[in-house]
Amino acid sequence: MTEPTVRLRTEGLSAMYGDFRAVQDVTLEFPANRVHALIGPSGCGKSTFLRTLNRMHETIPGATIGGRVLLDGRDVYARDVSPIHLRRRVGMVFQKPTPFPFLSIADNVSAGLVLDRSLSKARIAEVVERSLHRAALWDEVKDRLGESAMGLSGGQQQRLCIARSIAPEPNVILLDEPTASLDPQGTQRIEELVFELKEEFTIVIVTHNLQQAARVSDTTSFFYLGTMVEHGATKQIFTAPREPRTEAYITGRFG
Amino acid sequence: MIPARALRRGKSRLMVVLMAIAVVVAVLPLFLILGSLIVRGASSLSLSFFLSRPAPAGEVGGGVAHAISGTLMIVGMAAAAGIPIGVAAGLYASEFRETRLATITRFVADVLNGTPSIVVGILAWTWVVATQRHFSALAGSFALAVLMVPMVMRTTEELVRLVPDSLREAALALGYTRWRTTLVVVLRTALPGIVTGSLLAVARIAGETAPLLFTALGSEYFSFDPDRPMAALPLVVYKYATGPYPEWHKLAWTASLVLILVVLALSIAARIATRQRFERS
Repeated sequence: MTEPTVRLRTEGLSAMYGDFRAVQDVTLEFPANRVHALIGPSGCGKSTFLRTLNRMHETIPGATIGGRVLLDGRDVYARDVSPIHLRRRVGMVFQKPTPFPFLSIADNVSAGLVLDRSLSKARIAEVVERSLHRAALWDEVKDRLGESAMGLSGGQQQRLCIARSIAPEPNVILLDEPTASLDPQGTQRIEELVFELKEEFTIVIVTHNLQQAARVSDTTSFFYLGTMVEHGATKQIFTAPREPRTEAYITGRFG
Repeated sequence: MIPARALRRGKSRLMVVLMAIAVVVAVLPLFLILGSLIVRGASSLSLSFFLSRPAPAGEVGGGVAHAISGTLMIVGMAAAAGIPIGVAAGLYASEFRETRLATITRFVADVLNGTPSIVVGILAWTWVVATQRHFSALAGSFALAVLMVPMVMRTTEELVRLVPDSLREAALALGYTRWRTTLVVVLRTALPGIVTGSLLAVARIAGETAPLLFTALGSEYFSFDPDRPMAALPLVVYKYATGPYPEWHKLAWTASLVLILVVLALSIAARIATRQRFERS
């Protein structure tokens, strides 16, 4: 098997909130079509790190970054890169489902698509259907595409948000604890989905659930107190961690 | 000695009764007003009351059609100016809440909200009537718009603040620009509440009498010219209620009832127009 291309890379990345350094000097590589899990105790900087990848970090007043984030070799913080266009290439799904309450199910999926004015209505409808298929939601909502998205269950809403984020065909999908507010069934469906989606996308997932990281990811990074302590193949991290702190965390001795 | 459990239950019951009384006291005035309006006003209510001008003093009959159209026009013009300005100011004060301008705007709105309406009427008289040298419906609308802006602004601000940050983030993460996020996602999410708040503001200014007394002035005739004096329902109520004839007093009651019906009709119409439309399956 050939070594996959590196889709996303960080070099000496730091993230600050005012004077507070939440992420320190992280250098990581994310090869394409793999699932990468970021684990670590609360407040370790893993979510902040995730948010620097699509430049959501800078939307918080006082937040700054140092170092570089390279998407396909290009620095996403370069002057000529607009965060607006970057975010269409790097989609994101949040901890709590965030369907837009004033839009129907179909319109929620196309919420990011409609920014591209060149798309015809027929083409949008096509992409909506395809995205719902890919998010494993089509069969459940095909008869009520025009209804409010607020009538869906939490797990369905989260899959709707995934459909919304993959509809504009991003290269990378960032998942910030996507199952934290779901029941075990909903969690399982999302995990299966993540496994399927890596065929087409590069996925970075932040999770508090170690079993989840072990189940869905190919590589895992352990974060602690703002630094990246250890990075490696998921199997190696969970069976033979090199760092004592990683071992302490995955065996449940802290965090 | 009374057992502790019985004492606790007794206290609980007492509080429930006290609260029920408070509810009745709070709601009673509304029903008293509606009741007396219907009892005293409904008897004179007829189709001609809605369709014709007032009869000469001392004659029976006549209507307040000129004041209904006048109120709709004066309030309509005030709302057309006041609601967009209020909503825009509220959005600004909420989405850019740390800025100095937002703090100042909020303070000014609070002061303006507490300003007696007759003072706003004097302002409109000085600025519009005195400079134009004649009374006009437009001057009345100006006064009402000034009253509306702070009310609409404050409700918009409160409701926009209730929109969860997670929705803003979701929009930004999709590649929405800041202004698109604010206008499309934030405003649309808060819209049902903003409509309700604006309706409350419209209902309140529709009943204002003092600011119209020396701006729109009132009239006995139909007028659709914003540059001339115009009749309005509160002015009709004021004139008839303080007049010497018993028929006028009856008309004042009926006109009051019509005023409430007009406000009610406006509310229902706006509700239907802005209802969230989703298909039912």
